[in-house]
This record gives sequence, structure tokens and C-alpha cells, in this order.
Amino acid sequence: MIHMNNAGKEKWVLSLPPVIYLVGLFLIPTILMIFIAFREPGDYGGVAPLITHNNGSTSLNLTLDGFRYAFSSSFIWKLFLRSMLYSILTTFCCLLIGYPLALLIAKSAKKYRDLLLLLVIIPFWSNFLIRVYAWMILLGPNSAISNVVNSIRHLFGLEPLDLLFSSAAVIICLVYINLPFMILPLYANLEKHDYALIEASRDLGANKSRSFWQITVPLSMPGILAGCGLVFIPCIGMFVIPELVGNNCSMMIGNLIKQQFLQTMNWPLGSVTSIVMTLLVLSISLFVGFLASRSGGLKYARK
Amino acid sequence: MQGSNKISKSLRVTGTLVYLFLYLPLIVLIVYSFNDSRVNVGWVGFTLKWYKVLFADKQLINAAINSLIIALIASTVSVILGTLAGVALHKYKVPLLSTLVMIPVAAPELLVGVSLLLFFILINFTLGMASITLAHIAFCVSFVTIAVKTRMHGMDNSLLDAARDLGASPVKSFFLILIPTILPGVIAGWLMAFTLSIDDFVITFFTAGVGSSTLPLAIYSMLKMGVTPEVNAASTIIILVTLVLTSVATKLSPQLFK
Repeated sequence: MIHMNNAGKEKWVLSLPPVIYLVGLFLIPTILMIFIAFREPGDYGGVAPLITHNNGSTSLNLTLDGFRYAFSSSFIWKLFLRSMLYSILTTFCCLLIGYPLALLIAKSAKKYRDLLLLLVIIPFWSNFLIRVYAWMILLGPNSAISNVVNSIRHLFGLEPLDLLFSSAAVIICLVYINLPFMILPLYANLEKHDYALIEASRDLGANKSRSFWQITVPLSMPGILAGCGLVFIPCIGMFVIPELVGNNCSMMIGNLIKQQFLQTMNWPLGSVTSIVMTLLVLSISLFVGFLASRSGGLKYARK
Repeated sequence: MQGSNKISKSLRVTGTLVYLFLYLPLIVLIVYSFNDSRVNVGWVGFTLKWYKVLFADKQLINAAINSLIIALIASTVSVILGTLAGVALHKYKVPLLSTLVMIPVAAPELLVGVSLLLFFILINFTLGMASITLAHIAFCVSFVTIAVKTRMHGMDNSLLDAARDLGASPVKSFFLILIPTILPGVIAGWLMAFTLSIDDFVITFFTAGVGSSTLPLAIYSMLKMGVTPEVNAASTIIILVTLVLTSVATKLSPQLFK
């Protein structure tokens, strides 16, 4: 029996229940998945038994085939590249749309700021399927947007397009779903800027655009990076949006993982793909974190 | 950005357009839920028939009831675990716990979903209401923990010291002093967990199995079939309910959303 003082006892009385629960439902399943990545697929889905007895010899069925297959399959590579491309495009669009709005809110009078910010968050609170569905209506055949796009295409002698079930629809939905994640960190950063810096630059003869690009943007770098990270990372693993508004040519890596676990039932390959995706996401977040630590923000102000 | 009340016209216009981009889809959806037409194209006339269809839809009603049951259990259990975790992390350094709490916040939902699916199948746990609830508790705990920790951040520790000096046992001071003090944070955490659970699609999708359905799962399968005004009616109701719940949560704990 280890003697514990009261504080030590209390620490464990408090943290043991949540620790046990989270170890059981996060840590163990994650470790299981890593383990399954090195197993062989079963004949009827799932995994093959770990130990088999054949003609008196016992063999341990562990393999790297899953990883070999994943890295040699051009199909999987293509899906990873497409997921990256879509996520980069989404992040860029969110930055382009989100920056002006974050700037507008930061520049608004104090009494309106909370309301304007709330207006950004409200749509984001309603279920994300509903928000994707709203775009299914807006982009559907014969919708106003479809008609405008297709009449413009008609002017140029192009065939009418199906807007819904296209890569464009996937990008639009990804941007719509992730936009608040870009705006909030940007606003949090822009709100803290000292306006005196802008005034000083204007007094020294910089025009509006020069002070924006040389002062506001460099100062908001930490906010930009945080926003980009928060949009990019969840974007990589999205599978519902391509499923609902995409087509066969806009499938993402998440769709493949879902298929491997629920349809083709190749668990080892599914686990391998999931692990590769996690490592990708992890390395990107570390990279963004590294960039953020280098852009201290205010050091630019003294240049 | 103090002292900058010169907002250029182009910024105002851009901002308005972005707000339009945020709200137009939801407005169109709500308007069409009262539209007397099978297809969501153009306004025909006002009707409440989609709401009648919705309330007669046994499958959807059952899914909604399932969602409510799961959310009530998941948010209540996760509030207990999350409050313990929040208090523990506020008072002590528990590296393992702080890492575990960060996982569901940072990891892509898809990964949490598939790893839980593997786990439940491998331990021979039947997929259904129970597995969904267990999964929901797991990701809700993190958010409650953050809510409680945020609330405790500005707390005066002298109250607890005073209680101990006056001879209260740790258990007694926990329930009589600490809990009432952080109650707004706990309630906000409960509401947040409830909303997260009701809303969750991805993790539920992997842990539901075949027999049981929740409201998001039911809506998803309707969407796979095609667009129907009944979904508009369901969506409109969900939007309104979410709005009410979250505004209550914001009132209780404004610093949560900062």
C-alpha cells in the first residue's frame, strides 16, 4: 500500500474515472487499429486469425502487405492527392472569403462586434447535413444558380452542366461548412491590432493597399495560420460531402476508408489507409505549428 | 483595431456578400419548407403539408426519439466524467488525461468512427443504441472538460481553503462549494454535449450497425434517396431547436465561445 497524501488521493479520485473511460474508448481502439494494419485480411472480410495451425506447423500471420499495397496503388495515391488538392483549394477559398469579413468585424464599432460574430457562428450550429442539403437545393437542376450558369455556357455554345454531383459542388460545400473555422481565429487576431501602426504608415506616405499588405497581413500571420490549420485538417478526412454532392471523379480518401470498413470489408487495408491519413494530418499540423511559432507576429511591426 | 472607424465601401460590400453566402442557403431551405410543391424550384404557394407529412413519418419520429434518448444519456454521463476531468486538470497536472482529452478535438472524426467500429466488433459488442451512446460519451467528455476548465479559470480558490479550514471533508466541499460555483460551466457543458450528441453524424454512422437510426442518420438516408421537401421541414425544426439551445448555452457561459 503506497502512502498517499490527501492531494494525491484527490487527484486520482478525480481523474481516474475519465482516464479509464477515455483509455477504453480512444486509446485502446486506436492501438487496435494500428495492430490490425499489420494483419492479413480475412477470407470473408474482417481479419484473418493471428495464429493458424497448418499440418502441425504454427504460423503467426503478421504482414506489411497492407502498407506495400497502399504505397504501390496508384488509385490510393490519386485519392490522397485529390484530398490534398481539395483541402488546399478549400483553405484558400475560405481565406479569400473569410479575411475581409474578419477584418470588417474587427474594424466595426465595439457594440456591434459580438452580434456580427454571432451571425457568423449561428449557421455553423445547425447540423452539417442540413447545410449540405441546402446547397443540394441551390445547385439542383433548374435552380436559379444552375440556370444562370447554363445560360452563360449557352452563350459560349457550351453544353449545359450538372452543377450538383460535380467537383465544384464538393468544393462549394467544403468551403461553406469550414468557413467559420477560418473567420474566428482571424478575427481573434485582427481585433488585437494596434491601429496606430496603420496611421503611422499612412503618415509616412504608404497608400491604403501598401499598409494593408505590409502591416495588416504580416501582423495577422498567426491568425491566418491558425485558420488555415483549422480548415485544412478536418477537410482531409471528409467523406459525406463527396458522397452527397460529388460524383465518381470527386471521391476523397475518406470515401475509400469508409468503403474499406463497411463495403469491401478489408480491415487491414482500411487501417493502413487511416494510419497514412493520420500521419499526413499530423505532419501538416506540426508544420503549421512550426510556421506559427516562427511568425511571432509583432516582430514585423518593427521593420 | 481601436480607432479604426473608417471602413471602406468595398469592405462593407464584400462583408455583406459573405453574410449572404452564409445565410442564403438556410433561408432558401426554410422558405421552401412552406412551399406547396414537390420540387424545390420556384414558389408555388404556402402550405403546412410538409410538416404534416413529417409528423406522420413514423421512422423519422422514432429516429428523433432515439437521438433524444442517446443525447440525454450521453450528455449526463459525460458531464459527470468531464466535470471530474476539468477539476482534476485545473488543480493538478495529469499529462495522460490532458492528452486523452485533446484527441477527439484534434483527430478527424472519421478516424474516431472507424477505430470505434473495429473496437466494438472485435470485443463482440452488438452495434446499436448502446454502442452509439458509449461513443458519444467518449467525444462529449472532452468538450465538457474544456467548458468546466474555462469556468474554473477565474475561480477564487480561497473559498475551498476556507471550507477546509472550517473542517469540511474534501467530498463535502466538492459538492457544497465547488459544484455550485462552477455550475454555470457545468450546465453549459451539458448543453454543449447534448447539442454535439444530437448533431453527430460521422461517429454515429460507424457505430450504429444496421438496426438503429438517429435523426441525422435518417436525414442522411433521405438525402441519398434524393431531395424532398419533407427534409426541409425537418431541417427547419432542427435549425430552430439548435438556435434556442445554443443561445441558452451562450447566455450561461459567454467565455466558452470566445
